[in-house]
Parts: sequence; structure tokens; C-alpha cells
Amino acid sequence: MSSENQESEAPLEFGEEKQQDSQEKDANPVKSEEAKLKAKYPNLGQKPGGSDFLMKRLQKGQKYFDSGDYNMAKAKMKSKQLPVAGQEKGLVTGDHIPTPQDLPQRKSSLVTSKLAG
Amino acid sequence: MAGVGGGNDFQWCFSQVKGAIDEDVAEADIISTVEFNYSGDLLATGDKGGRVVIFQREQESKNRPLSRGEYNVYSTFQSHEPEFDYLKSLEIEEKINKIRWLPQQNAAHFLLSTNDKTIKLWKISERDKRAEGYNLKDEDGRLRDPFRITSLRVPVLMPMDLMVEASPRRIFANAHTYHINSISVNSDHETYLSADDLRINLWHLEITDRSFNIVDIKPANMEELTEVITAAECHPHQCNVFVYSSSKGTIRLCDMRASALCDRHSKFFEEPEDPSSRSFFSEIISSISDVKFSHSGRYMMTRDYLSVKVWDLNMENRPVETYQVHEYLRSKLCSLYENDCIFDKFECCWNGSDSAIMTGSYNNFFRMFDRNTRRDITLEASRENSKPRAILKPRKVCTGGKRKKDEISVDSLDFNKKILHTAWHPKENVIAVAATNNLYIFQDKIN
Repeated sequence: MSSENQESEAPLEFGEEKQQDSQEKDANPVKSEEAKLKAKYPNLGQKPGGSDFLMKRLQKGQKYFDSGDYNMAKAKMKSKQLPVAGQEKGLVTGDHIPTPQDLPQRKSSLVTSKLAG
Repeated sequence: MAGVGGGNDFQWCFSQVKGAIDEDVAEADIISTVEFNYSGDLLATGDKGGRVVIFQREQESKNRPLSRGEYNVYSTFQSHEPEFDYLKSLEIEEKINKIRWLPQQNAAHFLLSTNDKTIKLWKISERDKRAEGYNLKDEDGRLRDPFRITSLRVPVLMPMDLMVEASPRRIFANAHTYHINSISVNSDHETYLSADDLRINLWHLEITDRSFNIVDIKPANMEELTEVITAAECHPHQCNVFVYSSSKGTIRLCDMRASALCDRHSKFFEEPEDPSSRSFFSEIISSISDVKFSHSGRYMMTRDYLSVKVWDLNMENRPVETYQVHEYLRSKLCSLYENDCIFDKFECCWNGSDSAIMTGSYNNFFRMFDRNTRRDITLEASRENSKPRAILKPRKVCTGGKRKKDEISVDSLDFNKKILHTAWHPKENVIAVAATNNLYIFQDKIN
């Protein structure tokens, strides 16, 4: 569906009603989606689409490693399980200590692309 | 001239498909950028594995004058490799974010390819002659003993099998703290810009050890960060003008003559938002994932999550045209947020005459809009429609109620099959569509 951007050429009363109707129609699916999301994640950011996303985006690729923590964690792991931060993509924080098992296996891409095959 | 509607005189046909058929797609094989060069004879792709593959169009054969030339592999090379920045604990992906060709000035071809941090200028040249008859070395390269040489000869150039060589001529590194999302060659053919999330730099193609910062939107206090740069492009004719788009759905046009640091825009394009329709998703779906000037330089096109908008550079307060790409996704925003699809960055492109625009969607669908007739069409890139010159059938998504035959319901769409990258030949109706690890080439049917 393609439309030109001109709404208000119609006479005022009729135009207003029409606009309200279409707004409701438009807003409803999105509002109900928003409600769904809030129901699932009640603590989701107070500011819609704000700094959280941007920070995550800027920090993409950041991997922190502390050998002291790592060795301590390895020693601890023998006695109890550590929390695994599987959900947070890229944001490694808190108690989660990256171990070699956690890191994605990097396959060397020094192989010719299959597009050239 | 492109007509996109199914009727009249115009239909799209399958031409070629490149890439492996296997179900298990290796991450490295995912195509991340597609770009025709200025003549359309060369088509470059970049992938997540840091490799570039260039296809060249075969000359039209005399036997089949009506069939368009096929694209075959011309050159392939490893452009970028994975790196690790130990100082910042940052993993640098080798994924090629963008490829931009330089206008051709001599027999060689030049392109810029970039990953998140480093831009490289590659020279692709042909070698079809080899010198033979050296004095100091044998034909197989072994050095001859100079004292054994009793006569001199002049080496001659002999023909050899065509060899296409790619060599990195410039490496533009260490200028971006954040991730590069765009590069754009200036119309002066001497400079180009590179943009990351917060800054835009201007380079000279010959100089690698310095670049000028022309836009810096990094706030003094990072807590105050509200928007990032999502794309940037140089004006096709005015070498002093460029635009950049933001995650808030705005576009700023800057004039480099105004000041050295273009933090103050010359024009600010934003469509006023209806406050009653504001939701948690509003800002995310308004984020612009691509901005492209028309070939004429009069218009620019922006792609946000659900639509494509055409802006007249002379009018800042709203776009002149808005095209809905997949409005039916509005009722799926919750799940699209959960599976991260809402952050997918779709690109868009113009045809050579600026009369039509194209962009991708999910389920390997892509959409085309004819700006003159206002007709739009949805097509699919799939191996099922891959018989040579098979006409592509228009596809339709049904949003609710009774699903007609041949329609597909919104819930059946495969959101893993996304078409993010498409390209349109600069002069003809030939298009390249990247579907994950496969590259499809379609062209118009000549009736």
C-alpha cells in the first residue's frame, strides 16, 4: 500500500472524524502489542527506546576478561554452579565469568566464498 | 524505464542464483552488502566472513541478442580478517558492512570496502600479458648465473590467460571509535566519508594517516545519549553536501562550506509524529536504517522498519511519498521485539531513472514501488522459481480472515529469511537480491 502524505484536504469535521478513526485503528494493534510486551517484561525500560538500546549498540563486541576472576571462577565451579548469562547478548556483567566454553567458536574464513564456486 | 506492476509491458524474470543450496548456512557465508559499479558491468558482494566476490557481466552474445549478459565470477579476495583490540577488549568482526565503487578512471577498477573499524581501498586489475625472455632469470624464475650469460636479449610481452588481481592500495584505519555503518564516495572523486554511530569523518583517497572529523554527536556525558547516526551519504553532484540519518528517524543535511565541523545542520528533515500513536515501539521502528539520494540529486529516500519514504530536499517538514513495506507487521511488534527482528536494518535502492524504488522484507520477499503509477509489487527470491527466464509471480500476504489460495498468512512468514540488501543496475532493469547466503539476479522480460 502506498500513499501520499496529505491528510487534511477534506472538510474539517469529516476529516477529523476520519482521522480519529484511522488513528484508533492504527494505534490499536500497536497498543495491544505494547501491552503484551509490558505484561511479559514489567521492568522494561522506563524510557521507551532510550539509552539502553543505544548503549548496547555502542558496546557491541566488547568482551571483558580478568584472569584472576577466571581462575577463581574455575575453582568455584567445582563446588557450585555459577549463574549463566545466556540471555544477554554481548553484555557480560555481574557474576558471569566467560570461560572458553562460552565463547563462540571462531572458524577461520580463509576459505573461498561459495558465491565464487 | 521500469514499470513494476504485473500488467502492461513489464515483468521480472529469474536470471541467475549464486551460492550454495545447503540448509546449514555458515555464518561467514551470509551476504552483508551488494553493490553494482557505475556501469553495471561489475557486481560486488561482501559477506560476514570478510570476503568480497566480484561478478562481471558477460558481453551479450551474437547468437542470442535478446538475452542479457550473465554475471560470472571475476575476482574474489579476503578483504578483512577478524581482529581483537586488546587495549579495549573489543572483538572486531571481519564482516564487510559496505562496499562502494569508485568511478572508473583507467583500466583498473577500484572499490572501498569496510568492516566495523577499517576501510580499505582495493585495486582490481587485469593481467593478460607476461614478459618472457628475461636475461637474468629462466622461464621458471630461477636466477641465472650472470657470468654464464653470453648474449643479451630484449624481453617480449606474450599473451597469457587472463588473471584478475586484487590488491589493497590504501588502508584507512584507527579513525573510528564506534562501529562504521556507512561509507560514501564524494562526487569530487577525491574524497569520501565514513560514518560510525557518533561521528563522521572525511578522508582523501590518497591519504591514510589522517582524516577530518566533520560530524561529532557524542555528548559530553554519555548518559545524555539519545540518538546515534545510522547512515550517511554524499550528495551525487554537490561535493559540499552530505546527509546523515539517525535512530530517531530524522535526517540532517550538512554543507561543508558552512564550517569545518558540521554539527549544525543546514536542513533538518523530520516527519511530525502523531502524539496519540506514540508507543514503546515508536522510536525503534522510526529508526532509519538506510538513506539514499536519488540519481538526480533532487530527492532522497529513507528506510525505517515498516516503510520507505521519499523526501524532496526542498521540503523538510514531511516526506513527499511514503510507501508501506509490510504494514501487517504492526500487529507483531511484540514478538519482533523479542526475537530482535525489530532491529533488522533493511536497505533500499533507486532504479537508474529514479522512477522506481526497491527494498527487502521477510520470507525472502522484496518489494518494488513505481513512483509514477503508484503500483507496487511483492516478489520472492526462492530456489523454487529458479528456472531460467521464469517469470516471477507476485506474492501476497494475507493479514487476517480468509486466506486466498497462493496467499501466505503473516504467521507463516519466515523471519529468518530476510532480504536486507538489494541493488539495482544503474542503467538497466537488472536487480541483485541477497537472500542470506544466496545472491539472486533478476531482469526484465523482453516482450
